[in-house]
Amino acid sequence: MTDVTVPKPDMIKADGPQRDVSSRDFTVRRRSQSALVLRRFLQHRLAVISLVVFLVLVLLSLFAETWWQYTSTTITDDLSQGPSLKHPMGTDSTGHDLLAKVLAGARVSVLVALLVAVLSTAFGTVFGALSGFYGGRADTLMMRFVDLILTVPSLAILITLGATIAGGGGDPIVIALILASLSWLQIARIIRGLFLSLREKEYVEAARCLGASNRRIIFRHLLPNAVGPIIVNATIVVAVAILAETALSFLGFGIKFPSTSLGLLVAEGQSAASTRPWLFYFPGLVIVLIALTINFVGDGLRDALDPQQNRVRA
Amino acid sequence: MTLTDSPGTAGTAAGVKPVLEVRDLSVSFPTDDGLVQAVRGVSYRLMPREVLGIVGESGSGKSVTSLAIMGLLPRTARIAGSACLGDQELIGAPYSTMQHLRGRRISMVFQDPISSLNPVYSIGWQLAEAVRAHHDVSKQAAADRAVDLLQLVGIPNAKERASNYPHEFSGGMRQRVVIAIAIANDPEVLIADEPTTALDVTVQAQILETLDLARRETNAAMVLITHDLGVVAGVADRVLVMYAGKPVETGTVDEIYYSSRMPYTLGLLASLPRLDDRKGGALRPIPGSPPSLLNLAPGCPFSPRCTYRGDVCDEQEPELLEVAPGGHRAACHFSDQLEQRREAPVLETDATLQEELA
Amino acid sequence: MYAFALRRLLISVPLLLVSSMIVYALVHFAGDPLRDLEGRNPPVPPAVLEERRRLLGLDKSLPEQYWNWLTGIVTGDFGPSVKGIDIGADLSRRLGVTMRMVILAILLAVILAMVVGVLSAVKQYSGVDYTATLLGFIALSMPVFWLAALLKEFLAIRINQAIGKTVVYTIGESTPGLEGGLLTKLADQAGHLVLPTIALAAVNYAAWSRYQRSSMLDVLNSDFIRLARAKGLSRRRVMVRHALRCALIPLTTVVALDAGAILGGAVITERVFAWHGMGEMLLNAANDQDVNRLLAWLMVSAVIVVLFNLVADLLYAYLDPRIRYA
Repeated sequence: MTDVTVPKPDMIKADGPQRDVSSRDFTVRRRSQSALVLRRFLQHRLAVISLVVFLVLVLLSLFAETWWQYTSTTITDDLSQGPSLKHPMGTDSTGHDLLAKVLAGARVSVLVALLVAVLSTAFGTVFGALSGFYGGRADTLMMRFVDLILTVPSLAILITLGATIAGGGGDPIVIALILASLSWLQIARIIRGLFLSLREKEYVEAARCLGASNRRIIFRHLLPNAVGPIIVNATIVVAVAILAETALSFLGFGIKFPSTSLGLLVAEGQSAASTRPWLFYFPGLVIVLIALTINFVGDGLRDALDPQQNRVRA
Repeated sequence: MTLTDSPGTAGTAAGVKPVLEVRDLSVSFPTDDGLVQAVRGVSYRLMPREVLGIVGESGSGKSVTSLAIMGLLPRTARIAGSACLGDQELIGAPYSTMQHLRGRRISMVFQDPISSLNPVYSIGWQLAEAVRAHHDVSKQAAADRAVDLLQLVGIPNAKERASNYPHEFSGGMRQRVVIAIAIANDPEVLIADEPTTALDVTVQAQILETLDLARRETNAAMVLITHDLGVVAGVADRVLVMYAGKPVETGTVDEIYYSSRMPYTLGLLASLPRLDDRKGGALRPIPGSPPSLLNLAPGCPFSPRCTYRGDVCDEQEPELLEVAPGGHRAACHFSDQLEQRREAPVLETDATLQEELA
Repeated sequence: MYAFALRRLLISVPLLLVSSMIVYALVHFAGDPLRDLEGRNPPVPPAVLEERRRLLGLDKSLPEQYWNWLTGIVTGDFGPSVKGIDIGADLSRRLGVTMRMVILAILLAVILAMVVGVLSAVKQYSGVDYTATLLGFIALSMPVFWLAALLKEFLAIRINQAIGKTVVYTIGESTPGLEGGLLTKLADQAGHLVLPTIALAAVNYAAWSRYQRSSMLDVLNSDFIRLARAKGLSRRRVMVRHALRCALIPLTTVVALDAGAILGGAVITERVFAWHGMGEMLLNAANDQDVNRLLAWLMVSAVIVVLFNLVADLLYAYLDPRIRYA
């Protein structure tokens, strides 16, 4: 169906040659790339709602002290009470308000996941970019290394490290570092693949002919064209990291008392799942909600940033 | 399954019914930005054994027209109008009906032979599949027929090559296989959609020859879609020039090449490189680019690029009207005035070329 | 094909060797096998510490330790455990228990992913597609441990109540001390398998069905599908023989890539359902700082992952002639 396509030379220039010229380029007005991305993202209704829900959740948990009467350490007189107006998520057997605990747990879990995303994206991008850009022997060696680490189940490595590093103390920062040490592998692979194909593009050749340095080519020509996939994958890492951290904490090798995490709360609640189900339900639901909203945001970003997945409305 | 109709001179004998008649076909695609009108009313008749060349730039709607006839457009496409294969209406026909027509009575050769064949099956298998789709024959018989067809389209060692996979063939060879698939069931109509565009210049002529051979072997009528006027000149009986989703001129090859009445066709002809040009002479492209088919402005879509433009052109889109008896039609407000313009015959170029190559 | 398989098999050997080095280094630099003794109060006599150190071979140089460990593993000797467990025997029993669940879960997830992925690609942007997408996203966002616990605490009880007797079990991989023939034992094991397998399959199914959907969409939009239609093939034949066949090729790679993640997921499901499998072994070994048990676990899982990849490579070659003859 190449026939429907009318490539406009000016559009190609404006968007960078990495973009495929598709039926979308029938646009009458010319829009800047960022406006186009924003418009496409806003069209993804679920993604927009998810972003709002996620941000509200983060803000609520970050500023829990300012709007909620209890903290995670407050001991009330209400023991093992079900959800009520006073305690929307109920209380545990020692009288802690579960909402306060969930807010505290969500704060730790989200911050750990964000830290993991930032660290692993930065490292993975650099690693993948170098590997893909230079190619050849260095690339083979670097990617074999990644493949090797992937031969061992990452959860096993996490458990091994979580049990041993820093004496298994369960400090959130340490857990974030441990998670990040494995999360960059996927990003490195993706960026490497992207750079491998991008560096063969004509405009890179053109830049090289003009005498651009490798550094300039990487930062001015390749990286801007990889921004889309980098952002999308960073989002996915946040969701994966939340699930990994809570799993690790659930198993007892992640975040530990006195700090808290949603995974830890589920582990505590599981024993009471049949007698006091709220202790088990709420923390788990919050994990699902956070992961789900992030995944939807990631999906919206992918649609917005990846023009090849343009959808034609039926 | 060869045609028994009296052959006669293609398209002129009275009483001969067209094998394919397209009437007012239009296709549009809904997109995020609005409706893209890819085809805006195409009509033509294809007589038995006739070769119709459809010429136009990419985006002129020539491929979409053919895909609509074959029923191969995506579900989002909105199709209106009619296309009759004999007495059978094709537009809007259910899959089960189309299934029995496609590959048996009407076949298509696609532009890109590299991606047209399924990479995981041998070419012999894919050919035999085409045979067995319409004939209840044994696997062995279908395989034998596949080898015969491969031989016919000029694949050396057909018997051995049949068990090879598409990736083991060159682009030209793959296009021969695609042609073999298209004629496997002796169709009445063969549509070739830019069959040589994706190929090396050196094999283009061979593929055109193979296509012609295949057409004569099966007595099929052919629609040859191309953007190359040179290709059409050698093969076609009649030509349909398309611009912005509409036919803008139609007539015999001679009428189009020697007495065109449409500035766009004249521009296309003038843009062909010629051997009698003085050395170092630049190519003469048509200035500007084709219009966006989204929110098409009123008036003649070619007028922004047209040297003969008048005020009326920006207000009213010209209709395809007869300009000479015998079916030469053109869509231009000034087609009468263009009659005096005698373009230097382009075919001379080919003649000189052939002389020089001889 | 045989040459291809053999070549792949040979590549696995150095891969595992280097992988063993990484695993060994990881465990040795991360952990201190004497920590639980050193930290005790009252302090353990130095002689006992020395004895333990000698037992674990910690008095030798690191390369020497690695070499001894490696040669031991090749002959089936996984070294001494600080808890005095026969690692080899323990491992082989647990391996059977876990792989039963893992393989079933993979099969279930692959079949589900294929069916749902293909359906939602064929009916793109329909109600089926949107529902499948939504469910997929929810499954993708579901922590395995929570889903497993949910199935265990709520679904299992409902099912058993509805039927009137215990059909699905929530604790262990089989009923201890069960009397009866082979059939009774199999039925018992199946009853124990249902929920953990569903939990493990659900999480992987989500990602794979999304993948299957997009690869099916790619194939459906390809030129050769258009040609297959133009040939006059039936819808069914176009979908199954042409589209699905080609869309399965990338899925094999993805499934193999996720082999490690599935083993990780199995650890979690086993924990929730109190199975005595590989998962329990890993968790106990990590808690006990039992170096050799940890190493044995990691090495065995590395072998499993490599084997999965080998199978995927062979499947890939079977499905795609371009690889076979490359």
